[in-house]
Amino acid sequence: MLEIAALSHTYPDGHVAIRGIDLTVPDGQLVSIVGPSGCGKSTLLRCIAGLIRPTGGKVVLNGQPVTGVPEGLAVVFQDYSRSLFPWLTVRDNVALPLRRRGKSKAERREAAMAALESVGLAGAARKYPWQLSGGMQQRVSIARALAYQPSLLLMDEPFGSVDAQTREDLEDLVLQVHRAEKMTILLVTHDIDESVYVGDRVVVLGPSPTGVVADVPVPLPSERDQIETRALPEFIGTRAKVGRLVRGGHGGADVTNAGPATPDPRAADVRAACSDG
Amino acid sequence: MIKARRFALGAAGAVGAILVVEAVNRLGLVDEDALPAATTILGEAGRLAVDGDFLVDVGDTLRAWAGGLLLAVAVAVPLGVLLGSVPFLGTASRFLVEMCRPIPSVALIPLVLIVFSSVTQQKMALIFYAALWPILINTLYALRDVDPVAKESLRAFGFGEGSVLWRVSLPSAAPFIATGVRIAASVGLIVVISAELLAGGGEGVGIFLMESQAGGGDTAVMLAGACWAGALGLAVNAGLVGLERIAFRWNTARVEGVS
Ligand SMILES: Nc1ncnc2c1ncn2[C@@H]1O[C@H](COP(=O)(O)OP(=O)(O)OP(=O)(O)O)[C@@H](O)[C@H]1O
Ligand SMILES: [Mg+2]
Repeated sequence: MLEIAALSHTYPDGHVAIRGIDLTVPDGQLVSIVGPSGCGKSTLLRCIAGLIRPTGGKVVLNGQPVTGVPEGLAVVFQDYSRSLFPWLTVRDNVALPLRRRGKSKAERREAAMAALESVGLAGAARKYPWQLSGGMQQRVSIARALAYQPSLLLMDEPFGSVDAQTREDLEDLVLQVHRAEKMTILLVTHDIDESVYVGDRVVVLGPSPTGVVADVPVPLPSERDQIETRALPEFIGTRAKVGRLVRGGHGGADVTNAGPATPDPRAADVRAACSDG
Repeated sequence: MIKARRFALGAAGAVGAILVVEAVNRLGLVDEDALPAATTILGEAGRLAVDGDFLVDVGDTLRAWAGGLLLAVAVAVPLGVLLGSVPFLGTASRFLVEMCRPIPSVALIPLVLIVFSSVTQQKMALIFYAALWPILINTLYALRDVDPVAKESLRAFGFGEGSVLWRVSLPSAAPFIATGVRIAASVGLIVVISAELLAGGGEGVGIFLMESQAGGGDTAVMLAGACWAGALGLAVNAGLVGLERIAFRWNTARVEGVS
């Protein structure tokens, strides 16, 4: 159980990034987080990861206040290319964190290869990160997090740089791993469709300094399918609801505030809807 | 391809310079004593390569140089790591570092002559001082500039500060530290020969140069010695560049955009 209470963070330069976030996530839930660019999503994840100490409120994980990095955590950073180590091969990048898991070198390499295989990058294992495209690097950082078998996985826009087909494959991979290992996942995305497709629930954050605008349950069965699920009336209804909340900015489903209807749901992108102030 | 072309151009430049020196001499443009013919100088240089006395001098210079340089690496790298990774110490030491750095090594010759009695120790102390700064400064800034996201990504997997230093900060700073060592190596060679010229005493390339000029000596021998000093510097630099390229292929390849 992850409990976030009255969490706020002000950066040393005086910038108030988040103000008063309350959020409770039961074990094994997959929570999508959407919100306008620059609203403080990455800051929120950093606070949960114990990488920065919030200036107010608290984060409690399994009854323990988070003061440092909690056990069993993995993070997929938004800056995926900067988070990979250029002096290590792709395989060694993925294998490195497994040192914390007390595995032998052979076991680490084997787990790394399996994870790379699952993101379709087994062939790139011996290359260096800087020899890969942006989308491939992003998949390496996802593989690194999955190989670690975390109990809490934080993903900050993990599919931003890959093509639509790969993106759907990765969404399904995360869903499959989530079902198999029952880890808690917080996934930040700008794609409203994606937030509904992968999430057990969608948390909508407001503009900076951010707070929770709405917490939308996703009434979909846990087995999901790229074609069928997206055609379900529940999916379409939830997507529209989240879209309105994101556009309304705050105060909830204010339909009159919503922008013109977009024919392509993928274009209902938060980044497009709420440009960075 | 590009490499071969670059090499050919470099060789052409060197041959051209030799031809100019030769022509200047043959045409009688300058006094024979001031600038001997290039072929004479090269001949002398060839003779020096098998001259036992000269080789003793070279050996002595190189020994002092290597000793001073190693000492500087042993002190400057840990110190730079410390000052670069503990912000409080870095700030506290900044003023001192910026104060001491501009003092030329040769200005310390009188002090060194008093403190150390052995000539080799005197030379090593001067090389140490000169080599210290490029290594220290490069290490310090390289550690300070390690990408915070890289450090965070290891930290996020539960690794402690020590592991982050060893597995992220040091590897990512290593190419810059190596560059600092290479600069220090070149500076050290200049300093040791200058010190030999200025302070005298004992053996060394600088001493050889002084003695070759004593009593209206032979300019060709002196210039041949100078050529060897230059060749030493070139060899040291080329060797270290080569090592850097092998050890930090990830960095050079990334910077140059080739794989
Ligand atoms: N280290 C920092 N110092 C000062 N301000 C910061 C720092 N990091 C982020 N901010 C500010 O805090 C706010 C929130 O940043 P954050 O990165 O959390 O946003 P985000 O929601 O993740 O944005 P995006 O969707 O673009 O990734 C931004 O206005 C940003 O300028
Ligand atoms: Mg962000």
